[in-house]
Amino acid sequence: MKSASIIMIIGSALLLGLFVFPLWSIELEAPQYPSGIGMNIHLDGLQGKEKHDLQNIDGLNHYIGMRKLPKADEMWEFSTFPKVIGGMAILGIIIGLLGLFKSISPKWFLAWLILMCVLGILGMYDFNAWMIDYGTNLDPKAIMKMTDADGNPLSYKPPLFGTKHILNFVAHSYPSIGAYMMGFGMFLTFVAFWMGNKKVKSLKA
Amino acid sequence: MNTIGKYLLGVAALILMTNCGNNNSNSNSGAMSSSKAEKVYVAPGEHDEYYAFFSGGYSGNITVAGLPSGRMLKEIPVFSQFPTSGYGYSEETKPMLNTSFGFVPWGDAHHPDISQTNGELDGRWIFINENNTPRIARISLETFETEEIIELPNSAGNHASSFVTENTEYIVAGTRFAVPNPQRDMPISEMKGQFKGPLSFVSIADNGRMNLEFQLNMPGFNYDLAHPGRNKSHGWFFFTSYNTEEANTLMEVNASQNDKDYIAAVNWKKVVEYVKNGGGKKVAGTYAHNVYDEKTHTATSTMKEGVISINPVEVEGAVFYIPIPKSPHGCDVDPSGEYIIGSGKLSTDLSVYSFEKVLKAIENKDFVADAYGIPVLSYENTIAGVVKQPGLGPLHTEFDGKGNAYTTFFISSEVVKWKLGTWEILDRQPTFYSVGHLMIPGGNSRKPFGKYMVAMNKITKDRYLPTGPELEHSAQLYDISGDKMELLSDFPTHGEPHYAAGIRADLIKEKSKKYYELSENEHPYAAKSESEATVTRNGKEVHISMTMIRSHFSPDNIEGVKVGDKVYLHMTNLEQDFDVPHGFSIIGANTSEILVMPGQTKTIIWEPKREGVWPFYCTDFCSALHQEMQGYIRVSAANSNTPIKYTLDDE
Ligand SMILES: [Cu+2]
Repeated sequence: MKSASIIMIIGSALLLGLFVFPLWSIELEAPQYPSGIGMNIHLDGLQGKEKHDLQNIDGLNHYIGMRKLPKADEMWEFSTFPKVIGGMAILGIIIGLLGLFKSISPKWFLAWLILMCVLGILGMYDFNAWMIDYGTNLDPKAIMKMTDADGNPLSYKPPLFGTKHILNFVAHSYPSIGAYMMGFGMFLTFVAFWMGNKKVKSLKA
Repeated sequence: MNTIGKYLLGVAALILMTNCGNNNSNSNSGAMSSSKAEKVYVAPGEHDEYYAFFSGGYSGNITVAGLPSGRMLKEIPVFSQFPTSGYGYSEETKPMLNTSFGFVPWGDAHHPDISQTNGELDGRWIFINENNTPRIARISLETFETEEIIELPNSAGNHASSFVTENTEYIVAGTRFAVPNPQRDMPISEMKGQFKGPLSFVSIADNGRMNLEFQLNMPGFNYDLAHPGRNKSHGWFFFTSYNTEEANTLMEVNASQNDKDYIAAVNWKKVVEYVKNGGGKKVAGTYAHNVYDEKTHTATSTMKEGVISINPVEVEGAVFYIPIPKSPHGCDVDPSGEYIIGSGKLSTDLSVYSFEKVLKAIENKDFVADAYGIPVLSYENTIAGVVKQPGLGPLHTEFDGKGNAYTTFFISSEVVKWKLGTWEILDRQPTFYSVGHLMIPGGNSRKPFGKYMVAMNKITKDRYLPTGPELEHSAQLYDISGDKMELLSDFPTHGEPHYAAGIRADLIKEKSKKYYELSENEHPYAAKSESEATVTRNGKEVHISMTMIRSHFSPDNIEGVKVGDKVYLHMTNLEQDFDVPHGFSIIGANTSEILVMPGQTKTIIWEPKREGVWPFYCTDFCSALHQEMQGYIRVSAANSNTPIKYTLDDE
């Protein structure tokens, strides 16, 4: 149970990586942008890959009537997400410490993981909803009003995960280092549960 | 684990791929026999290996080319007005062309030289001289813009310039046309002994700022070219001179009578010491010093007065003459600093002097004569060797860093490769036609990049498709990596390149600026956002601070301007991305258009002469809606009371 608890602590502490590294990365490619243009999505706001990328993305998007990218204080998510992730990391560490010193049931580890998964799915859902709004809720006075083959307004929503052609750009949207750390951390908490569970069973046997 | 595993796998694959890539490129460059076409071919999207900076001669500017392709990359305006960017027309850059003679819109640019550290090119700045109205310019190799121009008083024909000492301590400027110093009204025929040939020494500070430290007031011969000592001869400067006859008319005959002219050897460290100890005296001399500030995007011109003049005879053991056959032109020092090559342009031999022998001759006071009190060393005791009968009309020599020298011959139209020390001729290749200077990247420094050599020719004739009587000049690129020089290609060059400087591209390209930070723009009339755009009247002056961004001006409708006003259009480009300039021009402007880089502010004056509604527009095809990037200025009668009004989108 001792090593399982330590793994639980490490796993949940890995969430803290999100306070340093970005969660998601969206990269745009076009012939005129040989070195790409893009942004990193951090827990607490957006950051351009290069110094002025956000401004330049806004500059491009104004032709097709997209709103400006949100500043940190323009979306509740950027103040709530850090609290949720910070809280979950602390909660996981406390559960791990309790496992270490009070030998609570490894089922607590699983419970934490399930809660984390639910929150993760909610987060993804919210992120996707924002992207749909951002990519389709366009200025009616847009300079260029593009339509698809059926005459419907074109959606400029970047993919949630993967690569997509949008006009002259190819957009790549993938998790970034912070998300990988979180994913690996969550995997570790599962390992902690599995190891703890095996130990409990062997003790009972 | 899955994601992390994939991630790790991805990293491993990447490393593998990069390794493969390296292997491939190694085996490619190892291929022995590539054709000439392959050697100059730079595939689409690939970069050249070297930058080459060609002086424009009478264009007054520098053109930048890539080597080995010979593709022209840019023209940098230096001493001449340049409507392409508005240099010399915009209010910010007009002061750059100010001189003690007033605004001089043109210059004759000759010898570019790149700054050095420990005798090696460091790629910070490039300097270039102006021959006609003596000046030296410093160009930043981050922005490729002229940042500073200093005028040289009391000089005339600033040809022996702008050569850099090996830690960029000093740049020199000679006087090719001896003149009265100080200038005065006197009969030309009384020139002998009366005229002078001052040599100016300009110091370079760590931030690049130039300062005219002193002038060595030499006898009135024509100081033609110069080279600083390198390595062991660091601390010395060598100047060739012609017309030691001091003739003042029909120079082609009368200045060619003496069997020998002189190389002046100057121990500049001694002279600097002498000045530091209070030597020399301040004499009259008015000169402009023009400095461009990257933060305000504005140049200021300061008129300065007085310069320290030094009588060379009074500085013990600092200035000597070395005899050299027949009207020398080029003066070059090999990378070790031991050999000084003088090219007597009417001689059939090349004279090579030994620095050590020069020092010994000075030590032994082995003087054969004196010229106006300056000791003349003996030719026999300073000569290291003679390259016998290499060609006709030797001009300039550069080095490959492998013990070989390459000399141009104007009359026989060829480059000759010879060996330092043995003076043996190794190879000769024709040039097309009548070569002046040649350039090996780094070829005048301690560490030449001995791979390519460019010959700059004075005569073009039939080398390209004919373009009427006036032709661009012609350059030839040679591969000098082997035993024999191999002619690779011909390419035209702009103006009259006298000399060029080359440097490995990687020493510059990474630090090349992409745009100016708008937040650092300190121009007093910058509008750093559309909300800061203003139109204000101050008597007959109207100042318009306008912004530019894809694809509109703000404001784009302006009223309240009157006939007879002086309208200052201060244009700020709000873009913060690489290669998104906007231009500005307005009908009837007596200036030029201006091309404004991202983050920059430039000002152009417009003096409306007629009532009406006059359009302005962006001159650079900046975006898909570039054609829409336009606006109007309403001009009312001089006595009208149309109020100042400016809008964007009627707001
Ligand atoms: Cu434009």
